[in-house]
Amino acid sequence: MNSIIKIENLIFEYTKENTDEGIRAINDVSLNIERGSFTAILGKNGSGKSTLAKNLNSLLVPTSGVIYVNGFDTADDEHIWDVRQSAGMVFQNPDNQLVSAVVEDDIAFGPENLGIDPAEIRKRVDKALEDVNMGKFRDKPPHLLSGGQKQRIAIAGVVAMKPECIIFDEPTAMLDPKGRSEIMSIIKELHDEGITVVLITHFMEEAACAERVIVMHEGKIILDGKPQEVFSHEKELRAVNLDVPLTIELATKLREEGVDVPRNIIEMEEMVEYLCQYK
Amino acid sequence: MLRDITLGQYYPGKSCIHGLDARIKIIATLMFIVELFIVDNFIGFLIAAIALGLVIAVSKVPVGYIIRGLKPIMVILIFTFALNMFMVDGRILWQWGFLKITAEGLEIAVFMAIRLILLLMGSSMLTLCTRPIALTDGIERLLSPFEKVGLPAHDIAMMMTIALRFIPTLLEEADKIMKAQQARGADFESGNLMQRAKSLIPILVPLFVSSFRIAQELAMAMEARCYRGGKNRTRMNEMKLRKRDYIAIVFLIAFLAIIIVESRLL
Repeated sequence: MNSIIKIENLIFEYTKENTDEGIRAINDVSLNIERGSFTAILGKNGSGKSTLAKNLNSLLVPTSGVIYVNGFDTADDEHIWDVRQSAGMVFQNPDNQLVSAVVEDDIAFGPENLGIDPAEIRKRVDKALEDVNMGKFRDKPPHLLSGGQKQRIAIAGVVAMKPECIIFDEPTAMLDPKGRSEIMSIIKELHDEGITVVLITHFMEEAACAERVIVMHEGKIILDGKPQEVFSHEKELRAVNLDVPLTIELATKLREEGVDVPRNIIEMEEMVEYLCQYK
Repeated sequence: MLRDITLGQYYPGKSCIHGLDARIKIIATLMFIVELFIVDNFIGFLIAAIALGLVIAVSKVPVGYIIRGLKPIMVILIFTFALNMFMVDGRILWQWGFLKITAEGLEIAVFMAIRLILLLMGSSMLTLCTRPIALTDGIERLLSPFEKVGLPAHDIAMMMTIALRFIPTLLEEADKIMKAQQARGADFESGNLMQRAKSLIPILVPLFVSSFRIAQELAMAMEARCYRGGKNRTRMNEMKLRKRDYIAIVFLIAFLAIIIVESRLL
């Protein structure tokens, strides 16, 4: 079994208050996510991408359909903690996910909940702090850190639980450009270390870093494939109000003018490299 | 303006007072408070003041810093002093209209003032020298025997931890709301007390709403990190009594004995 996450015909409805009718946020989605992969889920507000993320962590339970995370059914109360330990989650607002008034105690929070031996927790906390490059802030209270630093602590807190998969629910939405690039480079490093990454975002440039891009619209998957493939569907993307990364847009325009830009160029640096040979 | 609150703050340091087990410090503070109420003469206060002075000296917390923490309580202090001074009957020293100062009143007023100051300084030493997180851990451990009779010790400690963590966040939130209201012409600084109190409502309502939102998000994040109450939970920093803690216990008992002997004999 090579998929860590298996979603079969997932339907999720939020119930409206005082009525029986539901609002369908996810409409019949089936999806497999491979172990060790880096998947980006793109979509506008209300496309169902965040709801999907919360379903993966048992924070929400499917209205119909099944989700298996690491072989555990997310609707099964007995395995809820196995699910949450296998698939860690980083949220959007860095302020509202830190529990403790001291950085290292906050990172220890997850492992402590798992009932791990104190000496082992200490080791994991040190390792996690190193992973996110925050070693010298271990004694600081979180409110004195910048948004990007707080988000790094939140990531460290999840990493210390040693999950196989981490779901990032718009982790950079509330950060400045510097914080955003810090977080993205940490996400890439974690993926290189073998952690399965699911990145929920509405930034095209971030999605371009992934190995696979899934585009959601009104609760359905409309595009799914390698970034080059997905971004070549410019019309469909524009139809659901998503932009195409600047590089892709530039490549399309250049092609119209007769410059034969290779299809596999999606990142800014590759484009710069390619264009500079014409100097 | 909201950032000036220093009550219950932690003063980072590496002294042996800082290094003591939080449980010992909590018990010591409680004992110190009890002792202040056993004492019935000035010599007892002198002993307590010397003990407190020693602790402050060893902890290396600047005295000015401690006294600054007393400022918010100054009003209460002056009020009780005045009340005692004027209200107690006895030998009259000075009189003007219905106001009179008696010798006994003066003595009681001074006595109470010293007691209050020592009380506040002593208890603020606890928070100044103990990391908030160690403090809540200590409270949890001290209360854990009562879990058998249904006291939710872990939950109380977790609530305190979260409260401490979110005080700065909520202050920031309040600041943001205030500025947003000011930008739209709200006036918080003029008018009489009633008007000013009224003008706080547009701050308090959104603050209340956003604190509920924060609580909900935090609860979700905690659940995602496998939080399921105190059961089967381990701690990264275990609490173990070390040599210095036992030495502190000896000092504590000695201090208690001196105070009891002093108040019985003199």
